[in-house]
This record gives sequence, C-alpha cells and structure tokens, in this order.
Amino acid sequence: MTVRIVDRRQDSKNKSSINRSRFIQRFKGQIRKAVADAIARRGIRDLDNGEKIGIPGKDITEPHFRHGKGGKREIVHPGNDRFNSGDSVDRPLEGSGQGSGGASEDGEGIDDFVFTLTRDEFLDIFFDELALPNLVKRQLARIDEYKRVRAGYTQSGVPTNINLVRTMRGAAGRRIAVGAPFAARLRELKDELERLRRDCPGDPDIIRIEREIASLLARREAIPFIDPFDLRYSNRIRIAQPSTQAVMFCLMDVSGSMDESKKQIAKRFFMLLYLFLNRNYEHIEVVFIRHHTVAEEVDEENFFHSRETGGTIVSSALTLMHEIIVARYASSAWNIYGAQASDGDNWNNDSPTCRELISESILPLVQYFAYIEIADAEPQNLWLEYERLLESHPGIFAMQRIAAVADIYPVFRELFRKRLA
Amino acid sequence: MSKKRIRPIAEGSEWTVEAIERYDAEIGRVAKAYGLDCYRHQLEIITAEQMMDAYAAIGMPVYYHHWSFGKHFLETENRYKRGQMGLAYEIVINSDPCIAYLMEENTLTMQALVIAHAAYGHNSFFKGNHLFKQWTSADAIIDYLVFARNYIAQCEERHGFAAVEQLVDACHALSNLGVDRYKRSPHLSLDKETLRQKEREDYLQAQVNDLWRTLPRHTAAVAEEEERRFPAEPEENLLYFVEKNAPLLEPWQREIIRIIRKIGQYFYPQRQTQVMNEGWACFWHYTLINTLYDEGKLTDGFMMEFLQSHTNVVYQPPYNSKWYSGINPYALGFAMWRDIRRICEEPTDEDREWFPEFAGSDWRETFNFAMSNFKDESFVAQYLSPRLMREFRLFAILDDEANPKLRVDAIHDDMGYRAVRRALAEQYNLGSADPDIQVWNVDLRGDRSLTLRHFSHQRRPLGPETDRVLEHLAHLWGFTVRLETLMPSGDLRPVAECRSEKRNRPIS
Repeated sequence: MTVRIVDRRQDSKNKSSINRSRFIQRFKGQIRKAVADAIARRGIRDLDNGEKIGIPGKDITEPHFRHGKGGKREIVHPGNDRFNSGDSVDRPLEGSGQGSGGASEDGEGIDDFVFTLTRDEFLDIFFDELALPNLVKRQLARIDEYKRVRAGYTQSGVPTNINLVRTMRGAAGRRIAVGAPFAARLRELKDELERLRRDCPGDPDIIRIEREIASLLARREAIPFIDPFDLRYSNRIRIAQPSTQAVMFCLMDVSGSMDESKKQIAKRFFMLLYLFLNRNYEHIEVVFIRHHTVAEEVDEENFFHSRETGGTIVSSALTLMHEIIVARYASSAWNIYGAQASDGDNWNNDSPTCRELISESILPLVQYFAYIEIADAEPQNLWLEYERLLESHPGIFAMQRIAAVADIYPVFRELFRKRLA
Repeated sequence: MSKKRIRPIAEGSEWTVEAIERYDAEIGRVAKAYGLDCYRHQLEIITAEQMMDAYAAIGMPVYYHHWSFGKHFLETENRYKRGQMGLAYEIVINSDPCIAYLMEENTLTMQALVIAHAAYGHNSFFKGNHLFKQWTSADAIIDYLVFARNYIAQCEERHGFAAVEQLVDACHALSNLGVDRYKRSPHLSLDKETLRQKEREDYLQAQVNDLWRTLPRHTAAVAEEEERRFPAEPEENLLYFVEKNAPLLEPWQREIIRIIRKIGQYFYPQRQTQVMNEGWACFWHYTLINTLYDEGKLTDGFMMEFLQSHTNVVYQPPYNSKWYSGINPYALGFAMWRDIRRICEEPTDEDREWFPEFAGSDWRETFNFAMSNFKDESFVAQYLSPRLMREFRLFAILDDEANPKLRVDAIHDDMGYRAVRRALAEQYNLGSADPDIQVWNVDLRGDRSLTLRHFSHQRRPLGPETDRVLEHLAHLWGFTVRLETLMPSGDLRPVAECRSEKRNRPIS
C-alpha cells in the first residue's frame, strides 16, 4: 500500500486571518497609540506600506497560575566545568543565559510585542474614527458601469435564453387546462357507457357513446405538447452601477517665502487627504493649482518640485479653482474638496478679496474647504480674514496651523474628526 | 564478499511526489523490520504560511477562533520573517490516520527526515505510550475539534462575540489547572457529542439549580449541613468544578468550559512526555535513515545534509553558553534512548550494577516496555544512566531564597548520581511545576464565595499574574473568590481575593 500524500497548498489560505483580526480588534487601543507614534516617526510618503509596530508585551500576556520567584528549588544544568558537590556560588549562576531559578519566568513578557500590520489594517486604524464632513452629495455618482442582473421571465427572447423549467411547467398547465372540458365529458360518457352495458346491453346508444368517446380522445390527443405560447425566456436587465466620485483641489503657495521644508509639510498633508478620500470614494480626481502672483494648473511633479519666486496673490488661485469647477466639475455630479496650504503671506489688500471669493463663489460649491497655514510666526492678515469665515460657514470651512512635521497627523485628525450631527 | 551497490532511492535535493512516495515506502519497510507499530499515516504538503497557521493552532488542522491564536501567529510570522527560526519539522497530529506535515520549502532530504521523525517516530509513540492510549482517542479528535469550533462559532452568533471571548479567556487562564490527572476521559466522537450535548445541558442546569435551591429548608437539615464542606473532597480540576457547580452560568457557557477542558486534557500527555516523545522520534529518524544508508540507498550528500540538521536539533549547549535555555528535551531524550540501546547491546559493569533488569537484554523489547509504560518524570528516574550524566556533565543547583548563595547539591560523581537523577526527574514532574491549587470550600449558606487553597511546595510563592487569574475565575464563578496558601508550617495565609456579585447584574 502506498502512502497517502495530500497536497494542501491550495487549501484555505489565511486560516488565521480571523484570529489575527480578533487580536487587532482586542488591542485596538494599544495599537492605535503605536500607530500614532509610528506616524510621527516616518514620512507620509510611505504611508502606502504596512507598518511594524510594537505594543507592550505585558498587556497581552495570558495569565496562568504559576510559581513566582522565591522559595526553594533545585535545578539540574548540563556542562559542569568547575563545580564540586557542596560548592557555594553567587547568584545568578554566572553565564547561564537566562539566569537560573525563576528568572526566565519573568524574563518574558516585558519586551514589546512587535508585529507587522498590513497596509489595510494600518490605514483602518489610521483613519479610524474619522469621517468626511458634509456627506450630502456622497450618493451622487457618475455612472460608467453596468451590471446585468436577472429580472424574472419574458415571453420573447433569443433561443439561448429559453428557460426550460418555466416553459415545460407552463406547457403542462396549458395541456391540463385546455383538456379539462374533454376530460369531464369523457368521465361522464364512460360512466354512462358502463351503466348501459350493465343494464341494457344492445342499446343503440352504446355505439353512439363509443363513437363520441373515440372522437373526444382524438381531440384530446390533438392538444399540442408544447406551443409557442408556452415559451418563457430568462430575462436579464442592465442595472447602472453608480460609483461615488470626488475631486480634490490642492492649492499651494509657491512664492519665495515657501521653502522646501514647508512644501514638504504641505505635500504630506495633501497625501494624507488623498489617501483618506481614496477610502471613501471609488473615483477620485486631483487638481493641482499653484500660485504666486498668478495661478496655474500643473501636474503633480511640477506642483511639488518647481520653484518660483515673487510675491503672493492668493486670490488668483481661488479664482482659478472656481473657473475649473464651473468648467469641468459640475457641482451636482461631483463631491468637491479643497485644501489650501500657504505660509500665510499675502498682499494685504488681497486678503479680503480671498475671503469674499471663498465665501461667495467657492463654499457654495464644495463639500469642505480646509486651509492649513504652515508657519510658526504670528498669524498674518490672511489667517485673520479667514477666521471670520469660521463663524459664517461652520462645518464647511476649517483652518488649522501646522508648525512642524509632527503636527500634520493631529491637525488632520482634528479637521476630519467625527462630529455629532 | 563486497558490499552490493544498490541504486539510491532518489537523487537531487528537489522533492517530487514520486520521490516522497519512494522514500516513504523504504522508510516504512525498515521501520517494519524494526517492529515499529504505527497508525496509518497521511502526508500533507503545505506552505510556510499554513505551517504558521498550524503553529498557532497547536498543530491542529481545525480549531476554534480566539485572539490568542492570532497573537501566536503574528509572533511566529515575525520571527520566521526575520529569519530567527526555521519552521520546525515536528508538527504531527495524534490522530488516526496520523497526519504529518511536509513544508514545500523543504529539500528532499528534509522531507525524508520529517517522514521518519513524524510519520514513524512520533506516530508509533502515540500509538504505544500508555498515557496517549489512556487519555486520547486518536480516531475521534478531529471530529471533536470540528464540533468544538462549530459550537463556539454558534455561541458567538447567539450570545455575542465579546461574551464568548471573555469566557474563553477565563478558561484559558485556568487551563493548566483544568486537567484530570488520574481519571480516564471518556471517548469523544462528533455524533455522540452533538447528540448528548443538549441532554447534558438540561441535566446540568437542573443539577445546579438544585444546589442553589432557595426554598426554605427544615432546620434540622440545616444544622446537619453546617458541618459539611462543599465540595466534600477538595477538587484539583478547577475548570471541572466550575463547569459542574458555578451557579449562574448558562448551559452554553458550561459547554464551552467543557470543550476547552477536554481539549486541554487531550494535550496533557504531550506535556508529560516531551523528553521521551521527542527523543523517541529523533532516535528513530536517526536509526531508520542510517539503516537505509548502510543498505546503500542514500547518497553521501543526503547524509551530510541529514546529519547537519540532526545535530542541530539534538545539540545541548552547556549552562554557561549564551544559547543555553535549559535542558533541550530533544538532546536528552535522544541520548537516553541511544544509551538504553547501548546498555542492552554492550553493557559495562557499571550498567549491570545500575540496570540489572535489562542490561544485556533484547533492546527492542526493552524499548517497547519503556516507551509504553512511562512518562518523562518516571522515565528519567528509571533510565538515566551514570554514564549519560557524565556525558552531559549534569549538576544540581539548589536555589534557596533563605540562603544568600546558591549551593551545588550534587554533581556527576558516585555520590551525586542518584541525587542528580532525582532532581532532574522532579523537574519533569508537572505536579510540582504547576502550583497545587484546589477548590477547598464554597460558602453555601453565606455569600456563596469560593475558596481555593494553595498547598505551598518548597515555600514557593505564586507569581504576579495570580490576581488576574482570580479575576477570570470570579467572572466564571459569579461570586467572590478567595485564595489562601497553606504553608508547610501549617499556617493559613490569605493571598488574594476577588470580589464579585453578579446576581443583580444581567449575565453578560
């Protein structure tokens, strides 16, 4: 008899995934803290990867009744190289890796328990408890896919779609229904015939009845087994598959006062926003607008890397954003998000214009507009002007200040914190 | 007469199903010639990831879900990915047919080693050792695990995932004190279990309700009961006691406790026979493969790879090495079995003096007797020879808290052999490794509190986790739980108390 060899390699993969997600669920508090620490350490650039995180080992040990340190115990070790019976030795026993006598019992469990989260698990925890504000138009969607679904039966169609069961069931029903009068009359005649044969054989009616029975049988036989009328076709219809979509406007000041480190901060913020939107919408477009004294729409590469000099007129970017929305992103079909990053420099008399532009032409069209100011100096006039918008448009407009890289995540969380409706 | 050259079984290091079949046939032939009695076996080829799954579930192909298994999985995965550990080749399931796992990354040599080690070595041990015979039902375990997983999943649906998790946590915390050490467990089977489970549920509930009857009793009866302790005899199986007697548990909770208790019981023999079992498997893979080599069926390359991995497994670092973490059960077990064979085949005078009953006897018979009738503790006490103690250079250190220094109690010399052997055997005594804690009393007429008594051994105190375990127990019991220690001097000392009063709260 040869042995049975079973190849299980194709079998249920990820058998432990339930246990794994339960583990993560259970220690969510600790893991979230570790994730926040991890964010502070690394760039948003590699947010797309998983993350190796550690949580305190003592939190996750499973307790048992065990002996603690102390008392009296005798332990046998191998490799005696110098001891004789009766020797006294200092503790711990020199050189023994884990130490002797109970040290190994509490040696474990103090180190951090380190493991790697997958990208999805990481982002789940990362964006946990955040919500998109103003989901009014979230349901709006563009339709670019259709799905075919079954939708009952029809009486016309192509032969490949004939539904045999339905058709045969209908045919059987029809045969019974159409044949019913004949069957009733047949039963009557047969009873009559039997009575006549018993009571008065030789009655001429017998022959008449026999003839009628024969003709009835013939007519019943003539009912078609299947009729075009019986045919049923499986029906399939197209259903539109709406997919939610959003456009994200990234506005950034690239004037001389925005140095590389400030741009990096802005970039990280935008990336975070992009990742977040990506989890909420199936289809996302990003529009990059950079400005100094004039604004232009650029691609991502130019947006972050080219450098301009000169003054700053913020309103130019806002005007351009408005134009683009009107031209390309009808606000009835798109969820629109705007994020503006700047160091707060602006021509003094331009700032009131900006406020007006935002409140009059942009805020009515967008879901959310966030302004982040990357500066550690005193707020300047742009900030002061924008502050007035906070009161008039609560919930749609938000602004925060970022001083250093470490602030990005907390500020982001603050902007998108779940709010009670 | 020159040795006949026979063609090697297979060449190269990549495995194929045919090559594995041929190896299995050859190893099986040799094993049979040595008279190894095994269950039928089945080889399963799996990926590294599946191997880690198996690790997390203590090697079982089906298991209920719990976060702690997720933790084990992550731990293993992490260490494996960092290259700190190779995945071992010893995972084998004590079932009939016995299932041995072959990992796809292994070379052909490793596959042959695993087959010899697991499918013949461990397998025959499972079939022959009295503890496994008595405690485990190889033909029914998989069925029972399926039943367990389905039942627990159902409970999660019905009673909520959090409630089940808390219950399972509590059971796991008590699992090392949830085994019967002396009685035999009844046979398990899926059909019977499912069928009887409902009956048991109703019956148990009725029992318990009777125990906590609140109807007024006759005063005479009360007076008589004042004298009586409940339970009448202390109970050392805490989970069993809770399952049968905890007043507020729902039937499904009792069933889950029972399931975890049963599974713990199933693994208990493995804890009791680690040295013997691993040593036995190592001895047999070593012997079987060497026999094949002597027959000329294995190439030298095969043997080099085989020996390298074999020596890695049975290496014992000395106490002052940085790799030292206690005695390696593979090393000790392998050396002991080899030594027993030597004593049978080439006994010295010393051996004849120490082991008159089997020195010079037929080694296969002696092996069978030793394998069938012992556990680690008694195996070491019975078979550890002076020669082996010298080879391992064993010495016993007495660590007494009362003394400022450690004392070397005995070493591998004429005066010390017996003491070292006794100390080592004691080390494998699970009875003294786990603290001795028993259910002592339930305050039936008062607050229904449960009192556990810890019988202190060698003045050893309980570890720092004790309070957390008591919380778990209090959760199960539903009322206050106390723990007291009986010192060797006879004093009773309260250790911990966990107050709980679940009566007025809805049971979560």
